[in-house]
Formats: sequence, structure tokens, C-alpha cells
Amino acid sequence: MSEYILEMRDIVKSFPGVKALDGVQLMVKPGTVHTLMGENGAGKSTLMKCLTGLYHADSGTIIYNGKKANYKNALQSLEDGISMVPQEMSPVLERSVIENLWLGREPRKMGLVDHQKMLKDSEKIFEELGMDINPRIKMKEISVAKMQMVEIAKAVSRNAKIVIMDEPTSALTVAETEDLFRIIEQLKEENVAVIYISHKMEEIFRISDEISIYRDGHFVHSDLAKNLDTQSVIGYMVGRTVSNMFPKTECEIGETVLEIKNLNSGRAVQNVSFDLHKGEILGFAGLVGAGRTEAMEAIFGLREKTGGMIIKEGKEIVIKSTQDAIKNGIGMLTEDRRGNGIFGLLNLIDNSTVVNWKAYGFPMKHKQMIADTKEYIKKLNIKTPSEKTKIQDLSGGNQQKVLLARWMLVNPEILIIDEPTKGIDVGAKAEIHGLISEVVQKGKSVILVSSEMQEVMSVADRIVVMHEGKVTGILRRDEFSQEAIMGLSIKEGTMKEEGNEQ
Amino acid sequence: MNNRKTAVTNKEFISQNAIWLILVVLIIVMSIANPKFLTANNLVTLLTGEACKGIIAFGIMFCILSKGIDISTGSAAAFVGVVAGALVQRSDYAQRIFGNFGATSIWIGILAGILIGIIIGVINGALIAYTHIPPFIATMGMQLILRALAKVVADRPVSNLPESFRYFGSGYAGPIPVIVIVFFVFFVISAILLTQTRFGKGVYAVGGNDNAARAAGINVEKTLVLTYAWCGICAAVAGICLAGRAGSIDPSSTGLNYEFDAIAAATVGGTSHTGGIARISGVLCGILILGVVNNGLVMMKVDDNMTNIVKGAIIIGSVVLDMRKNKKKI
Repeated sequence: MSEYILEMRDIVKSFPGVKALDGVQLMVKPGTVHTLMGENGAGKSTLMKCLTGLYHADSGTIIYNGKKANYKNALQSLEDGISMVPQEMSPVLERSVIENLWLGREPRKMGLVDHQKMLKDSEKIFEELGMDINPRIKMKEISVAKMQMVEIAKAVSRNAKIVIMDEPTSALTVAETEDLFRIIEQLKEENVAVIYISHKMEEIFRISDEISIYRDGHFVHSDLAKNLDTQSVIGYMVGRTVSNMFPKTECEIGETVLEIKNLNSGRAVQNVSFDLHKGEILGFAGLVGAGRTEAMEAIFGLREKTGGMIIKEGKEIVIKSTQDAIKNGIGMLTEDRRGNGIFGLLNLIDNSTVVNWKAYGFPMKHKQMIADTKEYIKKLNIKTPSEKTKIQDLSGGNQQKVLLARWMLVNPEILIIDEPTKGIDVGAKAEIHGLISEVVQKGKSVILVSSEMQEVMSVADRIVVMHEGKVTGILRRDEFSQEAIMGLSIKEGTMKEEGNEQ
Repeated sequence: MNNRKTAVTNKEFISQNAIWLILVVLIIVMSIANPKFLTANNLVTLLTGEACKGIIAFGIMFCILSKGIDISTGSAAAFVGVVAGALVQRSDYAQRIFGNFGATSIWIGILAGILIGIIIGVINGALIAYTHIPPFIATMGMQLILRALAKVVADRPVSNLPESFRYFGSGYAGPIPVIVIVFFVFFVISAILLTQTRFGKGVYAVGGNDNAARAAGINVEKTLVLTYAWCGICAAVAGICLAGRAGSIDPSSTGLNYEFDAIAAATVGGTSHTGGIARISGVLCGILILGVVNNGLVMMKVDDNMTNIVKGAIIIGSVVLDMRKNKKKI
């Protein structure tokens, strides 16, 4: 038998227009913590989905526990001993911990659910793992940390040999994190392999035995944790090549148009301050969950503010709703195209003119609406059978262009653009960058939130980097480097301390 | 390429207008079964019978389009009918509800009725928009409350209404009943609201994707309040017409279950309960289809229970077809 519990080799997985995984490998030994690292979109989650059967790899081999594995769905992998503790858990909040723990596989006696056995088994598992959870109370009454423990207990009760944890500490306090680490140690003692996905350097080096690093769907490097340090991991994560895929058009930068002072929105956005100039593209970088989208939503009136000031052209403005924001000349192209971007059932005319409806009067000038839509279809090179096509029938890139047209039509002074090129093919990406440049050349200002480092670095004039709801640095163009951005995204403090030690 | 495009458009045209084909087939079947069906006289009877439910259907379709529902409309029509009727009752009538003051002008009665409809709608809409309770629950509560209020205002049927008030329900403009004209006026107003105003387009947007509507600067709450207010107006006008048509309003039976006939008509007419899909012409067709079935089967002396079985099957069948039509596109 091999020394590995899991061997994934040459995994390839393509989606229309993107190769998400290209010959990726992952080798995990039993009784170890194996951490996956990489930027957003590096392929970590896709790889895990290929393992658990949510996705099917196009090619490559997966050998688990000495056998070739090819799961058709998540249930099969679960029954075979591969459990996942997801980042966003979805327990049945109104039922008890016991019922959640045994959901779908309740022990039965004479055809009826054996509540006694369920309770006894629950207590036994919690005791073995040293979890202080009352199994009788409702799920909604326990903390997120304990819900996570219930998930781990579930894995153990299924005799899992591999437990995957996706950013398990993102919602935990320091003490809760310590508890989790103790439980992870216990899992290791029982010869369970833990596949750990996280962006937090300090905890990764504390608990990992091995680290595998991925970039843009490729496997980059794998080594024992003790042979790596923060600097070398960042080096592997960002790579050395900066392709010049997104050329920057120079544009004159004018006076300040927008100042944000100590913006707060719950825990997600904490004391965020920055300013924006006329003709400037201000990039926002950081990892997923850094609070960039939340900060933008708070500015645009989509999310409640718990503090802070928005000053436009020297005057404080109050934004309580998106209507307020639009009235004050602020527009936002949201990140979640399906969720709060497109109206899938409506045609291109309605989708592109929606913010501008007021301008068409009563009765609405349909001819004008069609003419405007056609103009932008041509200008933005939107590929569609007709302007009357439902937007849901278009490709992602073309939908995005329609959304961009929606805002270009009203031409706000400040346009916030959140992840405009996510899931879009390379050709459309370049076109969208061209359009963003066009917006600022007309004397408008753009805030560009992007998780793609090369994109912000080549398009932006300055970059604001966020980490866990706070601004960790603002870089000028001459200070741009992938290492600098990654350092600020992961948390500068930790990096510097470790740098000093070496 | 060009050919293929036209083929697709034709196919879409047929699928969007298949419902009219069904109506034509139904009319043909009914005419064959009973030659008297397709006479001007009977068609006027048919339209007169469906007018009030139809007016309510034009209101309810807006609610369904916004991904909601309003089941308080039948009771709202009764309550409005009772109040407006009591206001305009002849002053010499001994059993006058508002006995201590004289009869008011019929216009005051009508305006008061419409105002009450608007208030009911605004309350429904505000409850749904601001407290986020399910529209079914909000309007179910309202249904009970309004039916009870109608009985509180009038402990007996409100009758002895002046002819001028009854004009909207039983009068004629030439050969055409006024109630049918009111019905078509509401059809036109609904069409204008839906296609020519920001409000109508906003209802499509909110029903299709309320998060996207908010992000596009649409005032979602205001749109919902206006939607239910419009439905309240439709219910009020239906109530006034009902009062005129029957000559009296019984607080406990007037407009009873009208909302379900209206929902059925809107649904058969292709209004999707998942929100965001509706065509005013479809709803008109839905009203006519149910009317033809009602009227035709009565003429054929099919008993009431059988008629309801047929209607029920039509409603379910039309939604099953609609689901299939709209399915794969998501």
C-alpha cells in the first residue's frame, strides 16, 4: 500500500472558456494536515469539488485509499470517508444538534428512529473529541464555531479518512481557533488526513505538515511546511511573470471628487478611508472576504452604514439608498451578475436602460430606448441576435457588457465596478478594460474592485489593499508589485515580524 | 442564417400566442355544441358576466408579476360596495344604513369607494414591502378583516340604490353594457401602466429580480406599495360595478372568492407566479377562456360541479405548460 491516502494526478477540468485546472496534483499522507494555498481562482476549490464528486474531472487519476475513485456525487464520496466542512454551513437551525448530526442516516429500531441511540452516540463522539456541546439544544442556539465542530463530529461519526476544511477560521475568535486546532490535532492522532484551505499565514505555518501551492489552475509547488516560509510561499503564489495583457491608457488625474472617511458597516467594513480623483482608476485589491465588496455596497447604499462620512466635491452627502447614490452621481456595477445584476427574463433594451428609465418620460419613448440600446450594442461589440433577446440567453461576457452599457448610458461621475471580468474569457476582458479606460478619459472616476492582481496592477492608478475589513495600505503606481499587494492582503504585520526574525 | 432567425421568431411567436389559439378552438367547440353560443347577445352576456372578475384580474396580475399575490380583493370589493352603496342609498329609504344623514352624491360615493380601495392596497403593499411578510399571509389577514368590516358596516344587504349609481353596473351605452366598457377601459389603463410607465417596467424588474432592481436604483418598496394600491383600485371599481349590477350588496356574499377566479384568469393568461413574466393580452385571453368555459358549459346545461372540474383542469394544465415553456432558460 502506498504511503498516501489520497493521490490526485494530472487533473484537468475545463469550463466553457476557462481551463480551471490544468494537470494539477495533490498527494496527501494519512494523519497529516495538508494545506492548499493560492490566489483566488487558483483552482483550490475546483480541485476539492473534483475530489468530492461535485465536479467531474475531464482527465487525470484520483486514487483514494488504494483504489481508483470516481464519485458521481457528493454523497458517494461522503459514504466513502471523504467529508467536507464548508465555509458556509447550512444546518437545519430549528432542529436539535443531535438531529443535525444524524440527519439523513438516523439509527433505527423496528423501523422507527432510535432517539436513545442517537443521543448516546452523540454524547460519545463529543466526549471523544473533547467538544463541549449540549446535543439536545437547537442548532440556532450554538455559535458558528460549535456548528463547525458538529460538522467535524459528523465527519468522525462517518469514519472519515479525509476531512476537508475550507477557510474554517474565517468566522472564529482566537479562542475558538485554538479549540479547532486542538481538535485537528486529535484528528491527526486518529490517522485522519486534514486538507486545509486558508489564506492566514500564521495559522498555516502553525498547523500544516505539508503545503501545496497553486496558481491559475496549475500546480506550482509542494513541500513540507518546515521547508517553507511566508516569503517563499508568496513567491510561489504570485509567480514571476507579469504579462502585459491589459495595457494602461494614461489619463490626466484631476482634483479630488470623493472622500471616504472612517466608513463602517458591521464587522465587514471597519474604518475604511480613501479618496478618489477625477480621471483616476482606483484599484481595490485583497482576498475574497476582505470586505471590499461590502465597503462599495455601503457607499452605494446597498448596505447599511454603521458610521463614516462620504464627501463629494467638498460637501458631505447622505446616501441611504441606491436612489440617493445615483442622484449624487455614483453608480455601481455589482459583482454578482445573476444575483443583483441582470434581469434575466427581460430583454436587452430594458436591461440596458433601466437606470435611465426616468429620461424616457411618459408615455415612454420606446424608439429612443431601442436606439440607445442598439448604439451600445454596436459600441461595446455585444454579440446578440437582437436587442429584443432576453439577457439570460447571452454569454457571461456579453451580459457584463450590457451591464456596463447600463451605467455608461447614465454616465455617473463615479462608477464603482466590482469584479467586472470574473468568469469572462480573455477577449471580452480586454474589451472591458478598454471601456473602463474610455470612462475615465471622459473625466469620470472609476473604483475597480478586482481579485485578479494583474488586472488591478495594469489598469489602476493607485491600489487600495484591504484585509479583514480594514485598509492595510494604499500603493502608488511606482510601488506596485505582486509581492507588496499579496503581503498587504495577507496581513502585513505578520509578514514583517517574520521577516525580522530571519 | 436569416432563415433560422425567422424560424426562431416564428416559434416564439406561436408559443407566446398559443393561448389565443386555445381560445379560438374553445369558441369553435362551443359553437358546434350549441349554435346559440356565437350570437352577439350571448357574447354580451358572457362579457358582462366576466367583467367584474376581469377588472380584478387586471389588478391581481400586477401583484403576481411582482412575485406576490392579493387574495383580499373579493372582500375589498364587498367592503367598498357596502360603504359606497350605503353613502348613496336613497334618503327616503327607511332601512338606510347611514340613517342620520341624507344621501350623498353618487360621485362622492364612488370617490370614497376608490379611496378606500387605494388605502387597502397601500396597507397591503406597505406590509409586504416593509415587514417582508409573505404576500399570501398579509392579504389573507386583510381578506378576513375586510369581510368582517363589511358586515360591521351593514348588518343586512345594502339595497335601494339610485339608478344613476347603478349605471356603471347595469346601464347601457347604446347596445353595449357600461360594465363591459369599464372592463375594457381597465384593460387599456393596465396596458399603458405596464408598457408605457416606469412604474410598470419597475414591476417587471422587481418581480424578476428584486436585488438587481434595488442595485439599479429602483425604489423596490415604493413599487410594491403602488402595485397593491393599483390592485386596490381595481377591487374598488369591481365592487362598485357589482353593486350596480345586482342592485344590492350582500356583505357576506358579494365578491366571495372572486380573487380566485381572477388569479385563475391571470394564471391561465401566462402570468408566472415566480414573478417577472406577464402579458396584458395574455390576461385578457385568460379571462375570455374562463368566460367561454363558464358560459358555454352553462348553455350546454352541464352542472356546476362539472364546470368547476373543467376549470380546475384548465388552470393546472396551463401552468404545467407554462413551466415547461419557461424552464430550460435559467
